[in-house]
Amino acid sequence: MIGRGNRYQNRTEILQGTLDMLILQTLQWAPRHGYALSKAIRTNSGEILKVDTGSLYPALHRLERKGWIAAEWKTSELGPRLRVYRLTKTGRKHLISERSRWQRLTTAIAGILNPAKKVSET
Amino acid sequence: MSFPFWRRKRRNEELNEEIQAHLTLAEREAMESGQSQREARFSARHEFGNVGLAEEVTRDTWGSRWLVDLSQDVRFGFRILRRSPGFSALAILCLTLGIGANAAVFSWVEGILFRPYPAVTHQEQLLAITGTARGESGPTGISWPDLLDLRRNCTLVDSFIVTKIMGTTLSIGDRAEVTAGSIVSANYFDAIGVHPILGRGFVPGEDTGRNAHPVTVISYQLWKGRFKGDPQIIGKTQRLSGVLHTIVGVMPEGFYGTFVGWAMQFWVPASMEETFGAGGYKLEDRSARWIEAYVRLKPGVTPRQGQEEISAVAERLEAAYPDTNRGRGIKLWPLWQTPFNNAGTLLPTLEIMLAVVVFVLLIACANVGNLLLVRSFARRHEMTVRLAIGAGRSRLLKQLLTEGLILSAFGAAGGLLVAYWCRHALVLLFPARGGVAMHLPGEIDWRVVALSAGVCLIATLLIGLVPAIQSAKIDLAGALKADSAGVVGGAGRAWVRSGLVLVQVSLSFVLLVGAGLLMQSLQKIRTSSPGFSTHGVLETVVPLVSAGYDAPRAQSFQDELLERVKALPGVESAAFGRMTPLSYGSFSSTPIAVDGYQPPPEEQPIVQYNEVGPDYFATMGIPLVSGREFTRADDEKAALVAAVNETMAAKYWRGKNPIGERVQVKGRWMQVVGVAKDSKYESVRETPKPFFYVPLRQNFSRGADLFIRTPLNAETMATALTREVHTLDPGLALYEVITLQEQVDRSTSPQMVAVTLVGVLGGLALLLATIGLYGVMSYAVSQSARELGLRMALGAGSVNLLRLVLSRGLALTAGGVLLGGVVALALTRLLGNLLYRVSPYDPLAFGSALAVMTIASLAACFLPAWRAARTDPARALRD
Repeated sequence: MIGRGNRYQNRTEILQGTLDMLILQTLQWAPRHGYALSKAIRTNSGEILKVDTGSLYPALHRLERKGWIAAEWKTSELGPRLRVYRLTKTGRKHLISERSRWQRLTTAIAGILNPAKKVSET
Repeated sequence: MSFPFWRRKRRNEELNEEIQAHLTLAEREAMESGQSQREARFSARHEFGNVGLAEEVTRDTWGSRWLVDLSQDVRFGFRILRRSPGFSALAILCLTLGIGANAAVFSWVEGILFRPYPAVTHQEQLLAITGTARGESGPTGISWPDLLDLRRNCTLVDSFIVTKIMGTTLSIGDRAEVTAGSIVSANYFDAIGVHPILGRGFVPGEDTGRNAHPVTVISYQLWKGRFKGDPQIIGKTQRLSGVLHTIVGVMPEGFYGTFVGWAMQFWVPASMEETFGAGGYKLEDRSARWIEAYVRLKPGVTPRQGQEEISAVAERLEAAYPDTNRGRGIKLWPLWQTPFNNAGTLLPTLEIMLAVVVFVLLIACANVGNLLLVRSFARRHEMTVRLAIGAGRSRLLKQLLTEGLILSAFGAAGGLLVAYWCRHALVLLFPARGGVAMHLPGEIDWRVVALSAGVCLIATLLIGLVPAIQSAKIDLAGALKADSAGVVGGAGRAWVRSGLVLVQVSLSFVLLVGAGLLMQSLQKIRTSSPGFSTHGVLETVVPLVSAGYDAPRAQSFQDELLERVKALPGVESAAFGRMTPLSYGSFSSTPIAVDGYQPPPEEQPIVQYNEVGPDYFATMGIPLVSGREFTRADDEKAALVAAVNETMAAKYWRGKNPIGERVQVKGRWMQVVGVAKDSKYESVRETPKPFFYVPLRQNFSRGADLFIRTPLNAETMATALTREVHTLDPGLALYEVITLQEQVDRSTSPQMVAVTLVGVLGGLALLLATIGLYGVMSYAVSQSARELGLRMALGAGSVNLLRLVLSRGLALTAGGVLLGGVVALALTRLLGNLLYRVSPYDPLAFGSALAVMTIASLAACFLPAWRAARTDPARALRD
């Protein structure tokens, strides 16, 4: 159900399974609410990655259920109440292992895509 | 932060708030970049996408989706069932009967076989223990000296628990009544872990010495009832069997002793055995096998290890005491097979009942399944629409199973209620003896409830799956297009419904055959001659032992009473005998020696005998083949004599006439003066066995039963007899006066119970199957109104239509009977020893079951057939 539909075909869709990692990574420096999070991911990716909000909230709630992030209601000065998420200790641990896994994966894929280059670069 | 299920509503609101906040922020940002409010709101919404979908997918991650679905299904199911109360009531009634029958039998099995003594701790570690004798099929008692040796030598046994049932007349104030009590070893209460609420139990040593410890512990019921709950009861005395006993303890409420079938009212230590049992002092007599006992094995010891050790000790005893113990062994039994109380007698019946109630349940489920099928037809449109708007088939299946679960949950609740009402019903099937009702409580504990819940789940699956299979076949396009009756649900649906009826008919046929077989064997048992007259002979007990008579007094009392009874008008003859055949007590038995008979090695001929007075054979109607009856002349001063039965004559004298020959009984030589025809002694079902009689006067016993040959009925005789007894001793309470036929009937009451139960449940099954058949036929008729009308328009007469419908119904029945016949042929053998002189393949039983089934199905089909015959062709074709 996650990532259902092709509503945002003009933007690159986030690779399945990487959204969790992106959320954890983005929360690493400061707690954020859902909207700020989606904006941050977009900005940090140079406007290339766009989070489908249909996937964002399920992902946030799933991560919360797993205990990797924690949520808290905060009142903003001039707006509605906001649900702010922050990274937990186990979430940080998980992020580290995810990141190294991702690194291995991208290296491997890069190796397959550019076999000659791989040799010269490494 | 995780929300429990019931706070879901609040959580939903929070999710909504969270997403609204997101939209608000996005909108505000869009406005800041110069859009109008309307444009901003639109672009924010557009950017976000489907809010409802996002919310739903998020909710799915909360993980309690199935619970929400379930609660939805349950609510919807309740609504659906409330909408058709007639259907629901019928379905629940069927299930209540089906599950109730199961729960009731479970509760009996639990209360009688598996947890018979609720107050006793760790019943699962108890085993029954009896003696065995080579060449004898049944168990025997154990002698006290043997038991003491076992206790000394068995290291794996924690305790030997002696308990022997006996009855006595209890006179408190001016009321005398027969009461059941137990003779127990001194460790009894400690070993079973039940402790008195007042006073004490027995202390070590109280079970030794001849009549040395006249103390008794009484039951709570006796204390509350007869002693009016006297708080000062301890230390008071009560006369029991003529001996003053000191009441030393009162047992707690709900403790009835350890005998399946009767509630014990008092307990005395084994040292007092002679006071209550006839036959002298037995604690030092190794040949007096009177003890019924249980053992508790040490923790971790298996019954097999226990048996091995006990057998080894028994073998040593055999070697050490060949005169009394040759060929004797000791055997352990699981509690539910206890041979010396009603657990053993009811076991085969209860086993059969367990099978029978499964049948009833299946039939009930088939009925409910059929009802659901009809309804699933009516709900086909609903199902189709739900499928069409995107419900998964698994979700529909869940819905149907939920409805089945609601029905069977109600059925299970009703069933447990039925079981609760029926838990004491088994007692009603047994006649009260001596005015005392039996005690056979069912036990509804967590195990029974759990089993019933299991049955309920099975029922759910059975009844829910039938319509589920059907709805799985719904063809969306076809069903939505053609929503008129009679098109969908043709062959497939009819096939399932007919199949269900076929199953019902065959199962009830099996039950009918079983009931027929049991009925026939009961008939045979009760009418087959036991070898003595069953009519015109009355029997009663004159409780001289419990009234405290000593031997000389008892002798003169018996003589005087006999004279008076013989003088009563209508009395043809009367005689005393120590034991009534087919009663609960045990005959005396003895090792014998016969002149000229060399027993095979390893066998010690042991034969049972009865001590009887003059005219016994004439009174009982046991024919003498040769020789003479005992007379008054055969008394203490005369030469010792005996009479043998035909089997004994044939076995030990090998066809020679034994009259004038000698037989040695308990070391005394007796001359055979008569040969009597064989009769039944302990059970109607026994095969002929050697047996002999000795004169009561030469082997006196105070506890003798009185037999009276008279055409008068028992009540008339009882009045006259009571008068005579009271003339002699006003303090004597007479036991009930019964005919020997009644004695036979009582000894065969387990068969009676089996017949009644299988008969009742067979009738129930038949009724359910008939309803099922009726339902299918009338539904078929209502569905094929058009076809019937067409046939009529083309010239078929009402008789033709009547015949058409009837023949369809009968074809179903025939199929069911055929199937049931095959099953019955395979299953009736399981009735095993409940059958008496009836073949499991008895044609009469099968024939009458066929007849009953045919009549029932004709009755079931007639109404629909009649309706079919009255079809108005014009209307049927127009509609």
